[in-house]
Amino acid sequence: MYDVVIIGAGVSGSASARELSRYRLKVCVVEKEEDVCCGTSKANSGIVHAGFDAPSGSLMAKLNVEGNQRMEALSKELDFHFKKNGSLVVCLQEEEMPNLQALYERGVANGVKDLRIIGREELVQLEPNISDEAVAALYAPTGGIVCPFGMNIAFAENAAANGVEFQFDTEVTGFEKKGENWIVKTNQGNIETRYIVNAAGVYADVFHNMVSEKKIHITPRRGDYCLLDRATEGFVTHTIFQLPGKQGKGVLVSPTVHGNTLVGPTAIDIDNKEGTNTTQEGIDELIRKGGATVKDLPIRQVITSFAGLRAHEEGHEFIIGEVEGAKGFIDCAGIESPGLTSAPAIGRMIADIVKDLTKAEPNPDFVGTRKGILNPKTLKKEERAALIKEKPEYGNIICRCEMISEGEIMDAINRPLGAKSLDGVKRRTRAGMGRCQAGFCSPRTIEILARERGVEASEITKSGGNSKIIAGINKDSI
Amino acid sequence: METRELTCIGCPMGCPLTVELNQKEVVSVTGNTCKRGEVYAKKEVTNPTRIVTSSVMVEGGNLAAVSVKTKEDIPKEKIFDCMKALKGVKVQAPVHIGDVIVKNVADTGVDMVATKNITSLS
Amino acid sequence: MLNYDIVIAGGGPAGLAAAISAKRNGAQSILVIERDKELGGILNQCIHNGFGLHTFQEELTGPEYAERFIRQLLEEKIEYKLNTMVLDISEEKKITAMNREEGILEIQAKAVILAMGCRERSRGALNIPGYRPAGIYSAGTAQRLVNMEGYLPGREVVILGSGDIGLIMARRMTLEGAKVKVVAELLPYSGGLKRNIVQCLDDFGIPLKLSHTVVDIDGKERVKGITLAQVDENRRPIPGTEEHYTCDTLLLSCGLIPENEISRALGVEISPVTSGPLVNECLETNVEGVFACGNVLHVHDLVDFVSQEATAAGKHAAEYVLHGKAKGGKDIPIQAVEGARYTVPKTINPERMDEKHTVRFRVGDVYKNCFVSVYLDNERIIHKKRPVVAPGEMEEVVLTKEQLMSHSGLSQITVKIEEA
Repeated sequence: MYDVVIIGAGVSGSASARELSRYRLKVCVVEKEEDVCCGTSKANSGIVHAGFDAPSGSLMAKLNVEGNQRMEALSKELDFHFKKNGSLVVCLQEEEMPNLQALYERGVANGVKDLRIIGREELVQLEPNISDEAVAALYAPTGGIVCPFGMNIAFAENAAANGVEFQFDTEVTGFEKKGENWIVKTNQGNIETRYIVNAAGVYADVFHNMVSEKKIHITPRRGDYCLLDRATEGFVTHTIFQLPGKQGKGVLVSPTVHGNTLVGPTAIDIDNKEGTNTTQEGIDELIRKGGATVKDLPIRQVITSFAGLRAHEEGHEFIIGEVEGAKGFIDCAGIESPGLTSAPAIGRMIADIVKDLTKAEPNPDFVGTRKGILNPKTLKKEERAALIKEKPEYGNIICRCEMISEGEIMDAINRPLGAKSLDGVKRRTRAGMGRCQAGFCSPRTIEILARERGVEASEITKSGGNSKIIAGINKDSI
Repeated sequence: METRELTCIGCPMGCPLTVELNQKEVVSVTGNTCKRGEVYAKKEVTNPTRIVTSSVMVEGGNLAAVSVKTKEDIPKEKIFDCMKALKGVKVQAPVHIGDVIVKNVADTGVDMVATKNITSLS
Repeated sequence: MLNYDIVIAGGGPAGLAAAISAKRNGAQSILVIERDKELGGILNQCIHNGFGLHTFQEELTGPEYAERFIRQLLEEKIEYKLNTMVLDISEEKKITAMNREEGILEIQAKAVILAMGCRERSRGALNIPGYRPAGIYSAGTAQRLVNMEGYLPGREVVILGSGDIGLIMARRMTLEGAKVKVVAELLPYSGGLKRNIVQCLDDFGIPLKLSHTVVDIDGKERVKGITLAQVDENRRPIPGTEEHYTCDTLLLSCGLIPENEISRALGVEISPVTSGPLVNECLETNVEGVFACGNVLHVHDLVDFVSQEATAAGKHAAEYVLHGKAKGGKDIPIQAVEGARYTVPKTINPERMDEKHTVRFRVGDVYKNCFVSVYLDNERIIHKKRPVVAPGEMEEVVLTKEQLMSHSGLSQITVKIEEA
């Protein structure tokens, strides 16, 4: 019997879990995948939006600005990568200046600090590779970038450290009422709880509609991205958006916190809630549009392309709150951009709702800080040498593109909610995230995963389920 | 009269060769631009042979597997018999290049030998 | 701080041959740094035969070829470190490396030889659309799993790319019990050796589809199938030509890229054509005392040529350590035009060069009945008839000191393909 069951271990669910762990509540997160951060949260722009985009007065605008303001402190408390690099909305045509002005005014109304419109001269100083067409830009120094995996994993680990349980490979199939309580039916059996938080991303409408007559509809809106080699680091230093205008909505070009350059996303509405496949048209569109705001985009340095699904609700507004006619069922739905930025505020809002409903007491044992995986590259030479002396695995480089050691991979596997698969290791350590895309390191990472988890190498998967890497042994079928 | 079509492997040219055979006698080779093509074609239609390489598992060694090859080329049609003969074969470290792994593999009269040195862990 | 005459980054075929040659040419202290657990590099997973015809006049497998050099290295008592990663090389030739036992190593060298090899082009770099499930491997990764670890990565296989590694893996997977359904090649010709097409594909009835590429990958968890389509002359898929193949595995053999991240950080100038350093006839880069050889310099077709090139690099590095940089003479640029894509070396100094020098290059297309020509300024000195040249095979021309010295006022050497 739980006080709260949260459906979904994405960034909203994990942030909610972490904020709820501040209270004396028995909380469980159920996740259909094998790990946290497997849906929308793993494939997005990783942008901490300043907050000028959402309509003034909307919940989206409020939580965006709040999340943005919380991010820097939170990144230190929970030890994830965040950089306040500033963002620029670039205006390419003089006649569209009024739109830029409108955006500025909306930002000010939303409470975005330090916003200003800058002319071409200053723009070129900030971004030497800006397009020759650029006439001006809205400059938001409070815009930032974050490691989306890092933030999601940090929330989840911190929640787990404060007593939240996580059940993976657990797919919710339905709900039943049992007196005042809910029975959450899953492929792993029934779970009884007083409250449910529906943070199921693109599936949030499915669960909402099971308990409410007031239907919602979430459209998976696919976004394709291209990630460029770290060799492009410095090509742009700010997150560069194109001012939406006559040529439609552009794509952003942004550095990532790890020094890559990201180009994307497209916006294609689809039916398939699992349709994270990239398409030729999508990639072509990125190549075409990516070059609009910058000169000579080094698109040939692409190391991977991927697609994520935004949970787009028709009203384009976050739906957060207890569902009418379904007491104890709390929606956290329609969380699309700026959902990642808003996550800290979403988590708080969910926790506040539950606290008010349950009158829960604060958890006196709550520890609000968490240490991430030690990155030896951040150590001084002597410290690194001492570390290797103590734990020789830190001297053994496994991923040579990102220079990730066996020690870091072992940490990723053995910590609470540790990595079970190659992708789990990749999202936690960046091993396999580099330019060879795991060509060299995957056989070695498989070996480490098998050893640390005490299973056969043939059991190791790319991302859980049936995603086994090895099909058999030589000659087993002849 | 039988004809066989082959691609010459002598050089990047890859001449398309036509071989005319009477029973097992080569009557003519056409399509080749040099002498090598004719020699290759005659061998390939009368007695095609291949070196077969694979690897087998090692116990107690510094590596999991040791690579092996047929010491000489074997008849082409024996390739899969050769692989079957290697199924389940495990050797004990140490292994030295040239060590016989399977004697007279698939009755070809040729031994399967190691092509790599494996040291013993103990 | 450790001190060596020569430090060699990489203990594969290039690093081994360079080390042996440097020692035999008088360098006293040499250190080979290898990141893997054994010497020999990629040869260890190339268990097929066909290596060494030029060097040893016999056909060896990859591990056997490597062993011959490893033995010489041991006989020459050359030091090496395994499981050791080079992190950085400075312009002053201070090498920072790391391993489990010794932690962070700082090594001062008088000369450095870059021999880090290359990596495979990944699915991401190829922009292949579709899902990203398990079951997509570079051919080399699959080769390591099958040949060195005994694992079969998949049972029903489609291979994209008909370079030699792709062809070799078609045969290896087939022999180990997998079904290879098709090999697709984007270009209208295969980059692989004819011998490999015959013995790795034809022998097993595996079709080769030229001018085809993968346009979709299906399967959320593990590959379920792929879609091939024919491409036009601009290598764009032709709508309506799609064919679906069910399979659980896609192997990619779509080209190799020299691994020059360390070289770039060191200030070595990189050729946009080869992705390898630009070198003079001593195989020395623009950074004095830093040499390069093997696949880090340019991707080779035969390991024998890697060994030859590395032997030269080792000799020049030893001479540099013993006598300093040779003075005098003028570096004459070699330009590759009309069919020739690049040359190694990029410059040649007639006064400094040996009596003979082999210039290696690759062509950009298949040319039949053509001539490989070399011009000293406007004077044609080589006009070699070739029945066929192809991008998959490295070409060479030999220049002599005598030719170059006797051409007064020489300012430019040109290598080109002339059609008959």
